[in-house]
Amino acid sequence: MTTNLLAAYAEVAGEDVVNHLCQLSAPLKGMQVVHVNSTRIGGGVAEILAKLVPLKRELGIDARWEVITGEADFYKCTKSFHNALQGSPVNLPDASLRLFEETNARNAEKLRPILEEADVVFIHDPQPVPLLKLCPRRKGKWVWRCHIDVSHPYRPVWKYLRGFVTAYDASVFSLAAFSQSLPHPQYLIAPSIDPLSEKNIDLPDEEIRAVCARFDLDPSRPMLLQVSRFDRFKDPLGVIQSYRLAKTFVPVLQLVLAGGGATDDPEGEAVLEEVQAAAGEDPDIHILSLPADAHRTINALQRAADIVVQKSLKEGFGLTVTEGMWKGKPVIGGDTGGIRLQVVDHHTGFLVNTPEGVALRTRYLLHHRDKLEEMGRKARRFVRENFLLTRQLRDNLALMLALTRAHNDQIKLELA
Amino acid sequence: MRAVHTGPAPLAVKDCTLIAIATGRRAQNLRELRDHVLDVHPGSIYYHFWGGLLRSRFDQPEYNNDFAAWARNGLHDKRLAERLGVINPAAYCNLEMLRQELIEVIEERLDETEFIPWSKADQQFQFIRAQIILFDTPWRIRAPEELAEITPKLSVGSIFYHFIDARCCTPGGLDDFRAWLSGFPECRDLCAKLAAVDPYFTTLTELRQQLTSIFCTYFGRG
Repeated sequence: MTTNLLAAYAEVAGEDVVNHLCQLSAPLKGMQVVHVNSTRIGGGVAEILAKLVPLKRELGIDARWEVITGEADFYKCTKSFHNALQGSPVNLPDASLRLFEETNARNAEKLRPILEEADVVFIHDPQPVPLLKLCPRRKGKWVWRCHIDVSHPYRPVWKYLRGFVTAYDASVFSLAAFSQSLPHPQYLIAPSIDPLSEKNIDLPDEEIRAVCARFDLDPSRPMLLQVSRFDRFKDPLGVIQSYRLAKTFVPVLQLVLAGGGATDDPEGEAVLEEVQAAAGEDPDIHILSLPADAHRTINALQRAADIVVQKSLKEGFGLTVTEGMWKGKPVIGGDTGGIRLQVVDHHTGFLVNTPEGVALRTRYLLHHRDKLEEMGRKARRFVRENFLLTRQLRDNLALMLALTRAHNDQIKLELA
Repeated sequence: MRAVHTGPAPLAVKDCTLIAIATGRRAQNLRELRDHVLDVHPGSIYYHFWGGLLRSRFDQPEYNNDFAAWARNGLHDKRLAERLGVINPAAYCNLEMLRQELIEVIEERLDETEFIPWSKADQQFQFIRAQIILFDTPWRIRAPEELAEITPKLSVGSIFYHFIDARCCTPGGLDDFRAWLSGFPECRDLCAKLAAVDPYFTTLTELRQQLTSIFCTYFGRG
């Protein structure tokens, strides 16, 4: 039976897509599924779970979302893991690792009854990865969902984390290049955006104009936008450099760097200060530190922008790329990680390797408005076909079916 | 085991999608590629030859399989890319024969090159295999002439499953339409027309148009 929520998704993604979800979920009805991560607010993982879990429930699956908690030093340690998995050498003293394991042990005390009873447990990213070993009487299948670009991890840290990961029944990566030598199936599932969320729904023009006015942006002048946490891997300083290079040719150009913090990211404040210092007194650089729930504001900024930039140096996926594309904007993105999956060079935007690359492509697009609009149209179509929540949910359900039923290379379903 | 439709029972139309699984194997040079191709899961050979058809495309790709595309873009070996690109997977009865042809082309190139072509570390060939998810649809084709009406309404997943995947999984490498039509002796000419369709060097949308056109012409529908 199609509920109102599913009917709403059918309108955006198509009847077939929702029909597939119903077929996939029929054998999974009543199953207990738990997702665990380390923050309820801020960042792409929390955004995906906020939508994926209710939709699973809508399909009759008993899905829930649990969040582990810890002290500031725990998040410092897990942020170091994050940086190390993306290739930065970090020094993690034994005391930090002990704190990491103790914090997980404390969380396991609270979560153990739920996790051991669950049919499928999804552990997101490295923060809660020790939980599996702390649940010895688990009866279900456990999946490690890695959202990070681990193509070239700092080996000592990966060696430590791998010790926890190998015991899982499967892992999920966004790209094949992130997969590792692991003794279980490694599914490839790209993240997605929710077309019905505040962040992505259509907005009235007057609301977009009001947001521009609130931040002193001139809607009649071209605008570059990067939406990201203030994180060095997102290269906000490189974006400022790109803007300055492009501005010599397009003097009316404006730059917006909009971001918020995530509760599990302790470095955001320091990076924000560096970005503010680099921007100096330039009135056309707008640095917006937005609250984590400023979804409509970000939506309006993305719609107001001419070009969306995501000049990351490392990127697990880059949901802000998908968001920009969904709003019909070409994206100039760093030639790295999951951005390569979304930005089809010369079709949905441009892949670049330097601040000069961003400047060059910005000039090109602003001088070829027809091309800019054509790329924007292609970008939206590409997201509709590949990166909507319904596709991620479909892959997720297929993975659950494959793990819990003895399916081999074919999963055969019937009409509900 | 795949059901073989041999008419005159109705042809149950299915839809499908592929779920990708990383094998964890990767190649950075041509010799590594050859070594992996020797014993990689046959599903990986299937995925890298056929899986691209189900991925979104903006234009006709220069090369129709992932091996040829990597030879061109990763190894920058145009000669090898051309030789790999011309391999037609539909011409091989099973994946093992296709694997042997692939090895043959790669080894020929290894024999004639002084240096082994290699790629940058972030452009390695990633071996992926796939699980196929098979969905049911409300469509049941009861008579051959219904093909003209139903085919334009089929999803690209249905076209992939019945016209491409079927060839890899059924005895004789027949697509589902021909297998089903073989139960209708009056449709022998139609089967011959379907046999002449090259399913590889096209997109699924174009393939659907081509099939629709054949069915409409054959059954005298506008």
